Amino acid sequence: MEKVIEVRNLVKKFGSFVANDHLNFDVYQGEIFGFLGANGAGKTTAMKILCGLSSPTSGEAKVASFDIYKETEKVKRNIGYMSQKFSLYEDLTVAENIRFFSGVYGISPADRKEKQDKLLKDLGLESARDSLIGSLPLGWKQKLAFSVAIFHDPKIVFLDEPTGGVDPITRRKFWDLIYEASDRGITVFVTTHYMDEAEYCNRVSIMNAGRIEALDTPENLKKQYSAKNMDEVFLKIARNVD
Amino acid sequence: MISIQHISKSYKEVQAITDISLEVQKGELFGLIGPDGAGKTTLMRILMTLLIQDEGTATMNGFDIIKDYKKIRNMVGYMPGRFSLYQDLTVEENLNFFATVFKTTVSENYDLIRDIYIQIEPFKKRLAGKLSGGMKQKLALSCALIHKPEILILDEPTTGVDAVSRKEFWEMLKNLQQKGITILVSTPYMDEAMLCNRVALMQKGKVLDIDTPRNLVDGYTRKLYAIRSNDMHRLILDLRSYEKTDSAYAFGQYLHVTGKDDEVEATEFENYLMRKNHEDLEVHDIAPTIEDVFMELLQDTIV
Repeated sequence: MEKVIEVRNLVKKFGSFVANDHLNFDVYQGEIFGFLGANGAGKTTAMKILCGLSSPTSGEAKVASFDIYKETEKVKRNIGYMSQKFSLYEDLTVAENIRFFSGVYGISPADRKEKQDKLLKDLGLESARDSLIGSLPLGWKQKLAFSVAIFHDPKIVFLDEPTGGVDPITRRKFWDLIYEASDRGITVFVTTHYMDEAEYCNRVSIMNAGRIEALDTPENLKKQYSAKNMDEVFLKIARNVD
Repeated sequence: MISIQHISKSYKEVQAITDISLEVQKGELFGLIGPDGAGKTTLMRILMTLLIQDEGTATMNGFDIIKDYKKIRNMVGYMPGRFSLYQDLTVEENLNFFATVFKTTVSENYDLIRDIYIQIEPFKKRLAGKLSGGMKQKLALSCALIHKPEILILDEPTTGVDAVSRKEFWEMLKNLQQKGITILVSTPYMDEAMLCNRVALMQKGKVLDIDTPRNLVDGYTRKLYAIRSNDMHRLILDLRSYEKTDSAYAFGQYLHVTGKDDEVEATEFENYLMRKNHEDLEVHDIAPTIEDVFMELLQDTIV
């Protein structure tokens, strides 16, 4: 399978503080990769590097086969990003948001028109085209935010706590979208504090104090740590008890 | 200890909360459980006398939240959802500041915060803005407690906090409850509902149900199955397209599935899924979680 993220001995220091300590991992095409860790474990730092927003102190990494030191612009063009905090502009309409993000990602107006029609039809949001994002129900907003994040057909989409504060049904519907994207071959790199969601990933890495302490399928991690679910695995690793 | 009668509040055209009534007993750990937009923050701000309700009344320890607002502010500790301490003051300075505002001193009430504060004391000279998420949370809780309140109101203290820090935080709350403090806490995490004495399940400004978590779970009468196979995504799609399935949702490593009118047997699901070539198939009865209960209540209200 094709590797879409390759990370080798990645180190990021802030002064004497080591935020990322020799990270090594690969992520494959179409994979749902869960990137877990306690607050302050170094997830955000690593994610910023992989998104081309920050340079590592040492080590190597390629994202969508582009070098994260020299080709950050190409990296950015080939990834999508969504978080609970930053997704769409509330005071723009659905169509205006799509137009804005299409512009950012260099999609031509003709392509945009066609893709937008299809997108709104698929999501059943045709009637909401000219509604302000702020006026939409949360479930719709989420669907749309995710669709906009992958509107330019990126190789990888980074989801930073995409389901925080969302009701349990909407949260599960969001995972349907993640599975669909993965079926289409888009790699999904996702962080979450919901440990049940860790079970939905193909593979999960767990960071602690700047290092990746564990990386495997949820099934194997549960076996390795003799845990009945991912919550227990996480607690064992993050609390450093065996 | 807290009595809320028919409280409603709207912001211009948005109805934030509608006709909420509930009682919190002295010494109780009471949870407001619901997603963003449920009205949890609005209700807490009204109780904290920071917002005025459109309709209804509420009292805390017998004091009216409008007439006696000054008494209430002295009696209640509040931890808002957004980190609201002074980022450019140190840990120690923040604590002293809040103590002084309430005309007390840190040493006077140190007993109450010791267990919590001791964990951040090594960083007392650090600016609050430079603390990690878990440490900020502990400092905010210490500041909310420094005037020895009888009631503690905590607005989503564990949102965005990792699973380990969340567990620690709830242990701290249990300890405070032991000291006789009445606690009203809100959270979007369903699993935390189980840690409360009683909860109000909220959605879109309304209370859907109020009870002990145990009673809520026991009150769930539907026949619930846990189902898994080696291809979970295909499993969920196949189950949803099955005419006898009512609902199928992912719950960690299993799907939780209900049948139409609860008249579908486990073997029917099993046979159907075997015909669909699912391997390593497992179908068995399962006891509901509070999340199943909440989702059942939500079914009608969600698009």
